[in-house]
Amino acid sequence: MPTYLIRRILASIPVMLVVAVFVFLLLRLTPGDPAAVIAGDMATPEQLEKIRTTLGLNDPLLVQFFNWIVNLLRGDFGISLISNQPVIDLVTDRMWPTIWIALITITLSVVVAVPMGVLAAWKHRSWIDHVVMTFSVLGFSIPVFVIGYLLIKLFALDLGILPVQGYLAPSQNLSGFAVRAILPSLTLSSIYIALIARMTRASLLDVLGEDYVRTARAKGLAERRVLFRHALRNAAVPVMTVIGTGFALLISGVVVTESVFNIPGLGRLTVDSIFARDYPVIQALILLTSGVYVLINLLIDLSYSLLDPRIRY
Amino acid sequence: MTVNLRGLRNGIAAATALTLTTALPTFAETTITAVMHSGLRVLDPVLTTAHITRDNAFMVFDTLVAMDADFVVQPQMASFEISDDQLTYTFTLRDGLKWHDGGEVTPADCIASIKRWMQRDSGGQMIADRMASLEPTGDKSFALTLTEPFSYTLDAMGKPSGLALFMMPERLASLPADEPIPEMIGSGPFKFVQDEFQPGVKVVYEKFDDYVPAEGPQSAAAGAKVVKVDRVEWVTMPDAQTSLNALMNGEIDYLEAVPVDLLPLLEGMPGVQTAVLSPLGSVSIGRMNFLYPPFDNPKIRQAAKLALSQENVLTALIGNPDYFKVCGAIFGCGTPLEFDDGSESLTSGGDIEAAKALLEEAGYDGTPVVLMQPTDVVTLTAQPVVAAQALREAGFNVDMQPMDWQTLVTRRASQAPPAEGGWNLFFTNWIVPEVSNPLGNIMLPGRGDDAWFGWPTDPEINTLLDDFASASALDDQKGIAQKIQAHVMENVNYIHLGQYFSPSAWSDTLTGVEEAPFPIFWGVEKQG
Repeated sequence: MPTYLIRRILASIPVMLVVAVFVFLLLRLTPGDPAAVIAGDMATPEQLEKIRTTLGLNDPLLVQFFNWIVNLLRGDFGISLISNQPVIDLVTDRMWPTIWIALITITLSVVVAVPMGVLAAWKHRSWIDHVVMTFSVLGFSIPVFVIGYLLIKLFALDLGILPVQGYLAPSQNLSGFAVRAILPSLTLSSIYIALIARMTRASLLDVLGEDYVRTARAKGLAERRVLFRHALRNAAVPVMTVIGTGFALLISGVVVTESVFNIPGLGRLTVDSIFARDYPVIQALILLTSGVYVLINLLIDLSYSLLDPRIRY
Repeated sequence: MTVNLRGLRNGIAAATALTLTTALPTFAETTITAVMHSGLRVLDPVLTTAHITRDNAFMVFDTLVAMDADFVVQPQMASFEISDDQLTYTFTLRDGLKWHDGGEVTPADCIASIKRWMQRDSGGQMIADRMASLEPTGDKSFALTLTEPFSYTLDAMGKPSGLALFMMPERLASLPADEPIPEMIGSGPFKFVQDEFQPGVKVVYEKFDDYVPAEGPQSAAAGAKVVKVDRVEWVTMPDAQTSLNALMNGEIDYLEAVPVDLLPLLEGMPGVQTAVLSPLGSVSIGRMNFLYPPFDNPKIRQAAKLALSQENVLTALIGNPDYFKVCGAIFGCGTPLEFDDGSESLTSGGDIEAAKALLEEAGYDGTPVVLMQPTDVVTLTAQPVVAAQALREAGFNVDMQPMDWQTLVTRRASQAPPAEGGWNLFFTNWIVPEVSNPLGNIMLPGRGDDAWFGWPTDPEINTLLDDFASASALDDQKGIAQKIQAHVMENVNYIHLGQYFSPSAWSDTLTGVEEAPFPIFWGVEKQG
């Protein structure tokens, strides 16, 4: 296991390097000019040129790339071209709302979706199965902003029991954080509950048809033991993959939900930075997202060996 | 088991109310929470003309002089005297002016601020071109001496838009104009709370207790700035519906810009007021590239102008006629220089047949018109679509190219031929104070490569602008402005597409919300 871990971590270095080169070049080849964003509509070409020089955008691409990589290796992500703030501060400030919402969403989704999927598989083709599948299709089909607005209408505007929008850090005010996290987490969960429930059901249905399940039942084991001890554990590998990639997706930005509930998360920072061509921020965010994906994929792979003793690294 | 839903609801509501209440900072007695038209990212008001940066600067910094609601420049931080020969402007700072870090405002601070502003603002550059000296004349006074009379001097120094002139401590104002200032220390009515600033998300201001308001009633940017709340928080909400919901739910107090199509949700709602607070509003314009066919030909530019109808454009852009105005005046309706010479076709629905005839007379050969269409700016998506249809009806071969605004602003700076990454036509908007004075209207100068995007070479308008700069009597200025209006319509330096207004909304708990060319939070009181 330790050898595998080291090998995977080392393998991620070239991945991140390729991502860095790709992102850097892609951004520089995309039309757009941060100097024009900063200076506004009335700037003359001469003024724009001065700002570009001050920002270092007139340096040769190789020089810009070298400076960026060297600073990156020192842990310095640079300064935002637009707001003149350290990129690391901008990203850190916006990371926590996203992480908290992602954690609550994924926890809620797993707690609700796995039992739903198990129930649907166990009662295959019954009315329970149909209800779960209907919910799953709806959760998948209705856009999140529609669900978000409907929840706001019901719980904030009509019932008046939850706020419409906003975010407070748990360290600032725990209960304030909690009431503001409910609606966005419920909104986002609708997709993930649908996805995880469907995957759990499909995976479990496969396993329930296996010989060893039939054998377990023939031995006279209780249905609950067959379901949870034998079937679910074997069906868990694909479900775990979906949960892991779902979490990575949540971390990498859920811009629509963040906009509807006014959560200052990474998704909005990414979109704002792209619109403003704030190169250092976009580069840091894409590297961060890639890092999250690499890490989560590693954790998913490691979790396989815990769930299935046949898998060894 | 039975569940008492009403009890459950009341319980949750009480808990929520408690958490919302406890979430407020304990030291804040009254806080106005406002949602502005965009998020604040660039802080330096000399670096950018972005309106949100200007709005932030009016909170934190003060101005030497300021324009009142009648477009008259009034003393603000300083009184002023003009010598009989119109060459020397002497400014005397009023007593008690302090920076937010406790230092006193000195003439050296103001001189450095003016010099930094002169490097970037077109009006400031005009003054600099005529400046003989700018020197302190006492502990509280300094003098600006010109080489020739320049009647635009005070207007340029007191204008609220473009790059307004804000006073900063000398250590900040001494920085190059293209280098952002590292801290927000001003002498304005509000202090910028650096620790709570999140670019693009939230800006917090606290009342500056040592601020000494100017004399006279509050009038636009001029007069007494009396702060009546402890804090103001600007929160950015990217989704318009969310900001409306938040206002209706009492979570915010003020919404600067309400999309007109969502306005019916707020109108008539108890506890919410709506009104247009910036009565001059904005203008929409189309700008052509003078370097390449077909718009290097004045007759073809005329034909394009004939094809367009302000009403059609504004209806597509705004919809509700209560919030737009068909207006032929390039300096804006409701301004001192309002003339409408030459705008008949634009204001009376366009004249496609006349456009067709003129296009034929001009010998248009079907050269494609590359029309850039920004798809991500709500106030700019309609104009290209309506214009493309009208131009096609008139016989133009229109190649409308959708792109994001950032791509557009980069591409419009390109002087390459339209087929090789250049362009022929784009649309943009200005707030009226940015175009209401010929010397501040950046689209007017016809200095070829040194002109604004489109690069017209137009000696006639340059002469008219020089005449305007030299004229001192208002009647003389009006006469020249009328000639500029007629020339712009004849030569089609740009196509003026009318005026529109953006409504604001605020909670009944606020009183003292006043009309102004930018959102003003001094003089506003909050009850409850």
